[in-house]
Amino acid sequence: MSILINSHTKVLVQGITGNEGLFHSKQMLYYHTQVVAGVTPGKGGEWVLDGKIPIFESVRTAVEATGANATAIFVPAKYAADAIFEAVDAGLPLIACITEGVPIQDMMQVMQYVRQSRCRLIGPNCPGVLTPGEAKLGIIPGSIAIPGNIGVVSRSGTLTYEVLYALKKAGKGVSTCVGIGGDPVKGSSFVDMLEQFEADARTDEIVMIGEIGGNDEEVTAEYITRYMTKPVYAYIAGISAPLGKRMGHAGAIIEGNVGTAAGKISALELAGVKVAKHPEEIVELIQ
Amino acid sequence: MAVWKTHSLFLSRYINLFWQECCKVEDDIIFWTIHDIFLTTGWRMRLHEYQAKQIFARYGIPIPKGRIAGTSSEVRQVSEELGGNVIVKSQVLVGGRGKAGGIRLAKSPEEAEDLATQILGMEIKDIPVRRVLVEEAVSISQEIYLGITTDRIHQQPVLIASSEGGMNIEEVAQRSPEKIARCLVNPLLGLKDYQLRDIAITIDLNRIYLKTFMDIARSLWKVFVDCDAQLAEVNPLVITSEGRLYCLDAKIILDDNALFRHPDLADLRDTDGEDLAEVTARKYGVTFIKLNGSIGCLVNGAGLAMATMDLIKLKGGEAANFLDIGGGASAEKVAAATRLILSDPNVKAILVNVFGGITRCDEVARGVVEALAGKKVTVPLAVRFVGTNDIEGYRILSDSQFVAASTLIEAAEMSVNLAKGVVSEHPHQ
Repeated sequence: MSILINSHTKVLVQGITGNEGLFHSKQMLYYHTQVVAGVTPGKGGEWVLDGKIPIFESVRTAVEATGANATAIFVPAKYAADAIFEAVDAGLPLIACITEGVPIQDMMQVMQYVRQSRCRLIGPNCPGVLTPGEAKLGIIPGSIAIPGNIGVVSRSGTLTYEVLYALKKAGKGVSTCVGIGGDPVKGSSFVDMLEQFEADARTDEIVMIGEIGGNDEEVTAEYITRYMTKPVYAYIAGISAPLGKRMGHAGAIIEGNVGTAAGKISALELAGVKVAKHPEEIVELIQ
Repeated sequence: MAVWKTHSLFLSRYINLFWQECCKVEDDIIFWTIHDIFLTTGWRMRLHEYQAKQIFARYGIPIPKGRIAGTSSEVRQVSEELGGNVIVKSQVLVGGRGKAGGIRLAKSPEEAEDLATQILGMEIKDIPVRRVLVEEAVSISQEIYLGITTDRIHQQPVLIASSEGGMNIEEVAQRSPEKIARCLVNPLLGLKDYQLRDIAITIDLNRIYLKTFMDIARSLWKVFVDCDAQLAEVNPLVITSEGRLYCLDAKIILDDNALFRHPDLADLRDTDGEDLAEVTARKYGVTFIKLNGSIGCLVNGAGLAMATMDLIKLKGGEAANFLDIGGGASAEKVAAATRLILSDPNVKAILVNVFGGITRCDEVARGVVEALAGKKVTVPLAVRFVGTNDIEGYRILSDSQFVAASTLIEAAEMSVNLAKGVVSEHPHQ
């Protein structure tokens, strides 16, 4: 058990012939992830990574030929929405969009579509998913985590790595780590992932890494109060960030001024979450 | 609206928070959380009122007659053409123009010229006024608020309208929320007529204005979509005493990530109100925000950069900047970023914190060394490299003055000591 991916997951890579796509496909293979196919329009029929991975013209044909059931998207931002629509229509149950800089209106259309499907979208602008010792979908370095019973969910990239690394140094293992990404409009929230960790037999406790902005952490605090039985630990980045960069107009922010680190921390603490003062302290809290 | 009520378990709470936030706002602008600046690529680009109005006009939204002017004599000329009764509006990208005296009414071309001389010579929140918009004055019988933006909670566009628009829209929101109508828009379907009729009912719009109102709202939706806007707003949309509707003030904020589709809009960027270092940073594709402390930070990843700043504060120091070099930064990019840090005279120490993955520590080290080369004044470095090519990174730095840290907290502590001039007990080998 673990959430989202395991050693049986068959991974497809959209944008496999780009620099990042190729590099990280190789890393996924090194991690013994079952990478079964790549998609790059115009390069169908070729093979990459020492002839191990076939390239297809479209996601549909790749899925038909290989039975892929998860995809990692590395295509440039301007094509990312199209790539996600394609993956949804091909019926892939798990889509991780690593690409950053996807226009917000593209993502709003994508989310409207994804909500009506059975797909789970992670990202965009995220590092993806890692189930230590089994598989990885995306770019989280496999070497910085060991298998265990802590679920990790994060809005940040490198900050997630810090926490994984600190856990590993303390000998603590991770069931699955999910980077949900920092964009305002995104596929999965903390709550979506907590729900899965709560139901996962191999996860005993959860670490969430949040940051200032948006209202994800506040909503999560409410959810934890109502539904979580497993202990949750948190770190929220940005307590020292100054407020006061003013740019928009009244209607622009519907959710209001939720979003300060202090507000998030107090909401989480009220929900019984232990909040670390710095990323490395999370390890001490868990002990 | 029904759709608004049924959506989420926690919704009512956030509506309340929204109103609370609204009442905190001083004038016609709001707080974007720092997240919006730190954690998205680059800035959200805001257009000037006159630029937004030009776009609105192309979509058939009625705008008062007027023109942009850069000198007081031009203002006089425009004012004569418009019949003398004009409003002179400074064009700067900050809120509070009215309060600062940057929006004035003139009864004659002479008065318009006088006012323009004053306005064109002033600075509003440190930004020089270079242009004014001169428009015919209209007699107002009602002010309506109409705006479309992204509702991040529902991840959908939302249209907001109120029968009491203008400067005090936030007060209205607090005092009588029932006067504010909103509806979520399905981005795949677009704004539907029935939604506009519903909105008109909620804001008690006189039926004789319904058709014009709907035309304007539909056009505003088109602007929002076609420009990849984050905000398209008419405030106020006025009904004149002659019963005509005009857009008196216009605001458009664009999504920087979508500017690749809009080279024409990208050209409209005005960097007057931006920090020079931040503009330079954007050119190199790094995110840089100047702050007031003494410790320069060079970090990969926005979250880690914020955590690094937090740790510096925890250890009693203050960060001089937020700087995210992004993933897989080249030596050239890092060198440019380092120069930005060094250009701040307040910087007494630099903390380099890189968790290597796609980003290679040796590449970062090369960039830092390149930027430091030839500098007369050396700024001490605290460096923490973890991951891809970290040892090589330290080796490249070995000719520079630096201390190496193995943990985040240690790195922060060292940088704070360096900035205070305390010599480290653990110089690198």
